[in-house]
Amino acid sequence: MIISERDVEQLAFLSRLDLTAEDKIAYTKSLNAILDYLDMLNRLDTDTVEPAAHVLPLKNILREDKLQPSLDKEQALANAPEEEEGAFKVPRIV
Amino acid sequence: MAQYETVIGLEVHIELKTRSKVFCDSTTEFGGDPNTHVCPVCLGLPGTLPVVNKTVVEYAIRAALAINCSIAEFSKFDRKNYYYPDMPKNYQISQYDLPIALGGYLDIELDGDTRRVGITRLHMEEDTGKLVHQGTITTTPFSLVDYNRAGVPLIEIVSEPDMRSPEEARRYLEKLKAIIQYTGVSDCKMEEGSLRCDANISLRPVSSTELGTKTEIKNLNSFRALQRALSYEIERQTKVLGEGGRIVQETRTWDEGKGITLPLRSKEFAHDYRYFPDPDLVPMIIDREWVEDIRSSLPELPDDRRQRYIGEYGLPEYDATILTDTKELADYFEDCVNAYPNPKVVSNWVMGDLTRLLNSGAVDITECSIGPEQLALLLQLMDKGTISGKIAKAVFEEMFATGKDPEVIVRDKGLVQISDEGAIVAIVDEILAGNPKSVEDFRAGKEKALGFLVGQVMKATKGKANPDLVNRLLKEKLQ
Ligand SMILES: [Zn+2]
Repeated sequence: MIISERDVEQLAFLSRLDLTAEDKIAYTKSLNAILDYLDMLNRLDTDTVEPAAHVLPLKNILREDKLQPSLDKEQALANAPEEEEGAFKVPRIV
Repeated sequence: MAQYETVIGLEVHIELKTRSKVFCDSTTEFGGDPNTHVCPVCLGLPGTLPVVNKTVVEYAIRAALAINCSIAEFSKFDRKNYYYPDMPKNYQISQYDLPIALGGYLDIELDGDTRRVGITRLHMEEDTGKLVHQGTITTTPFSLVDYNRAGVPLIEIVSEPDMRSPEEARRYLEKLKAIIQYTGVSDCKMEEGSLRCDANISLRPVSSTELGTKTEIKNLNSFRALQRALSYEIERQTKVLGEGGRIVQETRTWDEGKGITLPLRSKEFAHDYRYFPDPDLVPMIIDREWVEDIRSSLPELPDDRRQRYIGEYGLPEYDATILTDTKELADYFEDCVNAYPNPKVVSNWVMGDLTRLLNSGAVDITECSIGPEQLALLLQLMDKGTISGKIAKAVFEEMFATGKDPEVIVRDKGLVQISDEGAIVAIVDEILAGNPKSVEDFRAGKEKALGFLVGQVMKATKGKANPDLVNRLLKEKLQ
């Protein structure tokens, strides 16, 4: 076991997930299974393989520094749970 | 008591002056009503994809070359994950292990010495949105979020822990600002937030080579704040260590009003950003030819310009350093020298009266109402003897306030120097008659008395008498 239940709790906290006791046991198990699989991959000889930064064989996709009009305010805020003075209104965090 | 050495490193964020944001085509323009400089990409709406702005990469390379960094052959973007509503995606796109540039330096001058400060890395990232709290931050239940700044391109420049005093840190930041401004990729205005600085500071026993536990100071909004916060932190850490305590590794914020640093509550920001390569963005392989093109387009940088001022203009190092501090000031100075080819005289005016007036009126050199040709005209009026040096200073102030040409001011205010010997002789006689005590003193060998008498003549002529003539005539009469 590489990942403890405590690690899962910490990850859940960082990801703002509310896990039940059963969830924690289940995720601890499945995350460890994933890491076991990665451990298996780690045993492969990759000395001659270039590290992949991306799964697609693409590079240097760049755009010119040009402007497009902004969304209008109504559209921009259409999905806001709450709004005030043109801003997204959210619970205070810190 | 143990002697401690201070170790300082700076992390500097600089906003790039591109038209559009780093991953979308929304404007980077400052201000605007909340959420009016946004699009589906910078709002993090599902189904959108970021595409890198080529000019951002170019500017980052440009800045990196100016501070002697090596440009990476291969670079990529990563996601820095954290939950805070200043980024709608819940991550910030940044660069983690393969930044665009590594390993540079810049040289700082302090008290006549030159010191080299290493630069660890330079990377690209996106700025975050702004949170406005209603009422005070501790009582309000809500925050208002404006995403206009979200996605504005930034470069972060991380120094080595090479600085040993708050003065050095300040000098480094000033020099970095000057260099980046010269490259033209940013305005670097601290007061507007286009240049921001965080400082890492630790102490260690003088003999030690290991780094002590550091604290990170945020909210440094001016050069003065940087220097004061570091001085405070040295005092605080020295006291803690002196009492046998331990420094807690933490982030602290500078309270400008109280003049102290305070720990930031940080439990929400457990420093575990779980970086991983952003699958929405493909890697960059930086073409060497492109890098060399950018290198060859770099303007003359502050160090070279300073050397040229010393070598070509024969200016003292002090003058050369101050004049090249910002590109705008150096450009202005050179325009003046082109119009009036006596660099030292021009330097005295620019560094003296002009700087004083600019500072007292909080006017930027680019908005200075005295053009280089106008300064040259004023200096020519002095050379021709039309006005005295003292009058010239008054005319200069008038030029600064009104933007008028010096001849116009001299004519309208009747400031033309009196060089008519007869007129001055009459006044000299009057002054001598009215000050017998000073005349006696001078004849008794008190040289100072002459200065007093000259002053009286100048006063009587409202400063318009030709001072050389006044001196000569007074001496003749007193013989
Ligand atoms: Zn956008």
